[in-house]
Parts: sequence; structure tokens; C-alpha cells
Amino acid sequence: MSEEQIKNLEQQFEARIARDEKIEPKDWMPEKYRKTHIRQISQHAHSEIVGMLPEGNWITRAPSLRRKVALLAKVQDEAGHGLYLYSACETLGVSRNELYEQLHTGKAKYSSIFNYPTITWADMGAIGWLVDGAAIINQVPLCSTSYGPYARAMIRVCKEESFHQRQGFEIMMKLANGTPEQKELAQDALNRWWWPSLMMLGPTDAESVHTEQSMKWKLKRKSNDDLRQQFIDQTVPQADLIGLTIPDPNLKWNEERGSYDFGEINWDEFWQVVKGHGPCNKERIDARVNAWNNGEWVRDAAVAYADKKATKKQRQAV
Amino acid sequence: MKKNWPLWEVFVRSKNGLEHRHFGSLHAADEDMALENARDVYTRRNEGVSIWVVKSKHITASNPEHHGELFEPAQDKVYRHPTFYDLPDEVKHM
Repeated sequence: MSEEQIKNLEQQFEARIARDEKIEPKDWMPEKYRKTHIRQISQHAHSEIVGMLPEGNWITRAPSLRRKVALLAKVQDEAGHGLYLYSACETLGVSRNELYEQLHTGKAKYSSIFNYPTITWADMGAIGWLVDGAAIINQVPLCSTSYGPYARAMIRVCKEESFHQRQGFEIMMKLANGTPEQKELAQDALNRWWWPSLMMLGPTDAESVHTEQSMKWKLKRKSNDDLRQQFIDQTVPQADLIGLTIPDPNLKWNEERGSYDFGEINWDEFWQVVKGHGPCNKERIDARVNAWNNGEWVRDAAVAYADKKATKKQRQAV
Repeated sequence: MKKNWPLWEVFVRSKNGLEHRHFGSLHAADEDMALENARDVYTRRNEGVSIWVVKSKHITASNPEHHGELFEPAQDKVYRHPTFYDLPDEVKHM
């Protein structure tokens, strides 16, 4: 194809997206579109998969059967969300094994929030309430993104995500209304998860490199700073309601803006964790790699069994 | 690892009376595992009463580049639609 032909195709492509048409797997697409989508969708899938680890830590120690079944179901959903997203990503011509390889070698990133430890039961509450809360704010706009398989996966994910946040808030509410020790646990979890949750919505607009192109392709519909403000405005009243204090001395309602002003985010910490120096980066990847390597004989045995069954069936047919 | 698990497409009937609809795909070693995985991945909340799985490689799909010759011929055949025919308002039940 000549350069001019490609340019022509690109223009038609951008026009289709601008008209809100969806792009499907076999449609022509610019190489950059394909690469950007593989990167974002796989990062998203990896986040779901690694995101099971901090909560998996508490399944056997959940304080009641009610809490245990809910936490199990939530972690199971995350596995499912990872699988929807991996399949969507594979439609762009990348194999599942390549995607795993990228995660296991550190070439691909996942959400930094999962590199923080879950040291008390209250962390299960804080994660559901804050981390899933921030994730919902990030994900809802993606239900109308331009790439069909990604949009369809996101619709499914968003439908299931709301229970995650509610069960988290219920845990926090119960603790906050409990004994002084329980309330302290809840407050401590909020103190530790608040700032990382704000960072989860991404670098400030001035620092964000992908925003403009991503907006055009509807991979992003609102800027990071707008999403962060939305998260803060909706979460602060929820904390007030259960008598917990947001750990930000500069947090103040701004009548004029109709929003909360808030303190400086420690971006050094954010970049340190992104670069691999968070409290649990190594532990998380080791857990993934071990699970994959230790499961190899099971995967191989399943293939051997399938082959054996197929051969037997063939022989019977002859 | 010697061999990767093949890819399967999953179709789910959400309730009797409705058709099976494409839900997504997954990897599994054989058809039994594909059905079990499909149940766990796509029907955790009563989304279905019946599941079909088919190996992705067995699906033949039309090529979007041939969109024109495949689908355009239907575009100028307005006479296949009831609104093409002019009838007086007095005609009822038609």
C-alpha cells in the first residue's frame, strides 16, 4: 500500500470513530491503534489478575461465612474480568502466552495499587470501597469506547463491579460502627488506602502522555484530573456518613467550584511504585510466575488427555 | 510447555425462547473443559440456560474488505420492504 493510500484509510478510520461507529477485530486499523489497544487492554487484564492476590490473602481468615462467600465471589469475578479482557486483547492478534510473558517479565504494567500490602481485615473494606470505587469511575466511560470487543467486555465488567464496592463499604460501615478498636482498624485502612486510590486515577493532566490520542479513540473520555475530582467529591460524603476522617488536612469544600479542594499528592511515591519499588511489587510477580510455572504439568496433562480422547474417538469411528 | 490450549468461542442462550448469542471466548484443552470454563467465566449470575462452545478455528468469517460486494446489493432493493408500496389510507389490516 502506498503512503497516500494508508493516509486515506487512516482518515476514513478516524471519521468512523468520530461518527461513534465501532471498530471490530477484522476491520483495517492503524498499527498505532492496535498497539495502543493491546497495551491498555492487557494492562487492564493484568490488573484484574494481580488484583486477586491482595484479597486472596484474607479469604481463609474472613470473620464470618457471609464475608467469606462475598470475598470469594469478588475474587472469582476478578478472575473472570481478567479472562474477558485477555480474550478481547487476543482479538488484536496477540496470543495469550505473549501476554502472560509480558506480565511475568515485567514488560507489561498493572495497576500500582496492588503493590500495597493488605495487613488487616479492614483492608478488604477499604479496597472494595475505594479501589473498586476508583476503578468504576475509570471503567464506566470505557463501556462506550471505540473498539467493540473492549467495550463489550467493559459492559460486563461494570455490571458486576457494583457489588464489589457495596460489599467493601458494608465492611467499613460495620467496623466504623463497632468497638473503638474496630473503628480504629477502619480509620487506619482508610489512612493507608486513600492516597494510593487517588493516584490510581493516573498522573495529573500535565504529566499524562497518552491523553490526547486516547480521547480521540474514546479510550479515555474524561481527563485523569476530572476523574479524580469526581472520585473525591463522591467519596468524602460517604466517609462522613460512617464517621471516618479522610486523611487530608487540606481537604475543604469549595463553594464556588462546587467541589472539594484537596492536598498535594505525593507523585514521587507513585512513580517509585510504578518503577517497581513499591512494598509488594516483587511478591506479586513472584506469586504469578510461581502459579504459572507450578501449573505447567496440569496444563500439559490436560492437553495429553484431550489428545488421547480424540484419538480414541477417531479409532472408534473407523 | 508443549502445546497451548486452543481458543473456543462461547454462545449462551439466556433463557428458553431466545437464541444463543456470542458471549466471548476462552482457552480450554478440550470440549468438556471448554463448557465447564464457559459456565464459570460467562454465567456466574444466571446469565444462561444453555451453552454452545466451538473451536474458534472452525468459524469462517466474512472479510470486512469485501463488505461492498457482499452487502451493498441489498441496499437498493427497497421493494423488499412493505413501505415501498403505496396504498390508500382506507385500506385496513394490511
